[in-house]
Amino acid sequence: MIGRRWWAPWLWIGPALAILGVFLVYPVVDTVRRSFLEGGRGGGALTLDNYRFIAENPQSLVADPHTAIVNTALWIVLFTAVTVTLGLLFAVLSGRVRYEAIAKSGVFVPMAISFVAAAVIWRFMLEFNQDIGTVNAVVTGVGIDNPDTNGSTDWLRDTGSLQTWFTNAGPNELQGPIQINNMVLIGVGVWMWTGFAMVVLSAGLKGISGEVLEAARVDGANEWQVFRRIIVPILSPTIMVVATTLVIFALKIFDLVWVITGGRADTEVIATLFFREAFLLGDFGLGAAIAVGLLLWVVPLMVISIRRFQFQEEIR
Amino acid sequence: MTVRGLPLPSLGGISSPLRRAPGTPSGRWLRGRGPLHLTLIAIVILWSIPTLALLISSFREATDINASGWWNAFKDFNFTLDNYDEVLNQRGMGSAFVNSLIITVPSTILVILVAAAAAYAFAWMRFPGRALLFIVVVSLLVVPLQMTLIPLQQLYGEVQIDADLPVLGGRIFGVGSYPGVWLAHAGFGLPFAVYLLRNFFGNLPRDLFEAAYIDGASDLQVFFRIALPLAAPAMASLAIFQFLWVWNDLLIALIFLGDPDLAPMTLRINNLVSSFGQNYEVLTAAAFLSMIVPLLIFFALQRYFVQGILAGSVKG
Repeated sequence: MIGRRWWAPWLWIGPALAILGVFLVYPVVDTVRRSFLEGGRGGGALTLDNYRFIAENPQSLVADPHTAIVNTALWIVLFTAVTVTLGLLFAVLSGRVRYEAIAKSGVFVPMAISFVAAAVIWRFMLEFNQDIGTVNAVVTGVGIDNPDTNGSTDWLRDTGSLQTWFTNAGPNELQGPIQINNMVLIGVGVWMWTGFAMVVLSAGLKGISGEVLEAARVDGANEWQVFRRIIVPILSPTIMVVATTLVIFALKIFDLVWVITGGRADTEVIATLFFREAFLLGDFGLGAAIAVGLLLWVVPLMVISIRRFQFQEEIR
Repeated sequence: MTVRGLPLPSLGGISSPLRRAPGTPSGRWLRGRGPLHLTLIAIVILWSIPTLALLISSFREATDINASGWWNAFKDFNFTLDNYDEVLNQRGMGSAFVNSLIITVPSTILVILVAAAAAYAFAWMRFPGRALLFIVVVSLLVVPLQMTLIPLQQLYGEVQIDADLPVLGGRIFGVGSYPGVWLAHAGFGLPFAVYLLRNFFGNLPRDLFEAAYIDGASDLQVFFRIALPLAAPAMASLAIFQFLWVWNDLLIALIFLGDPDLAPMTLRINNLVSSFGQNYEVLTAAAFLSMIVPLLIFFALQRYFVQGILAGSVKG
């Protein structure tokens, strides 16, 4: 009886399909087309120049795809790993006290605010002047001076590696993706998103039967063993979902990097490079190729989410 | 987690099996639960300080902010509303606040209406291609925004429809038009909205609908009298998400709203950071203004917020 006239369902999904078609499907196809055009405009012959530019990186001072790719990979791995770990830790700890709701709110609040506001918050926290910048005030206050400046650290511009900072190895000797400023940016991302991981994992934790945990404790398991051998395995599907969400988010990270460092001092990520190339320098062809590169990273995740959906349909 | 029928969990609303019985003797505080409490309190303080520092600083005199850290604020006790007066009246944050509302509210309503209709059809109507179309929606969930921006910006540049309407900046479609931005946000928000609501509708009992149809109810009656009222909590979660998403967006405003007079708060703050990078009296007040609405929503509607996160990630 449902859907009596053949055209009735199309009236219901029509508006959604129209909007999705114009604002998602058509642009995605067109972006792929433009990535094979010189400058991304007009007719002209198809070319692989845009992809060649990304592969060969000839003008790394103007646009540096390799740094952007390495940094994005770093975001994906570090941001996801740290956020999931902290989220799980906070979920387990806060589940054991009576002021759980308050403790969680404190960690969760940054999720509600914009990246732009978070960027302002952290530019202020990381201010170089140790009379104003909280982080430098604390770090120099406890007597740890930066070997380069004998005082504050310029957290957002310091391209030295963490290692040089701790071992006094001298100014910026070990350059590479594990730069202080990249670590700091990823840290801001972690500050914002740990609440998300915590809330989802905490809901998963509450689904674990207390009897199972008690049985393990009665059998002599210590708290670490309970955590490692029971809680983590039971939670692993939830952990995967959280991690997938965070990976997708890390891939597209734009606002935070754009407002805090603008991609300067080798903090560029793929999304900021895309914006710079396409909309500041006006090279739609290269911009489109960069975007297609992003899409390729997402394809495995797309397959996973379709599989997950089909699985749910089967058990429905 | 399913949305249906369950009381909405707040943060920590359900008692956890991990919580041990209270009543550890106070003498063994340090060996027992003491370290747990200390760790949790430290985490909450650590997570809250950046936001509190911003809030406190935004009420300090300009000369104080740039001379001493926020932790001196209570020693000097010299607070003022001048910074808010300046950003609201001289730096355009007042009109930017209104612009943020003009962009966010219609985008949110548009997404919910269009998604609810489509989700209902996907869940309860039969039509050819239903499964395939829904898989397209699911795969669009993870498509990076960057894949769409170049063609859309070109489209918006070519198709500009002007009209003599002062409320919309005089333009109905194209770069620098609010309806253009609403539609773009709707396009990017729809896959998640359709996905979430379809799962919700799909989980409602089939008998409910069959009984209504047998009684001669039309699709519209079933949708408005049965499906929508039951879906109210899910739609509230979705509305909060979509609202915060759009309210906190920078990228789309950056690309589709050239005119500074139309700029939402995120774009305005981004520009302030470029021109007043070190003037923290301007930046802190502006950033906090942009956070007020998200924070109010967060604290007032926390249950729905959490529910939405769980429905969007765990449940799927």
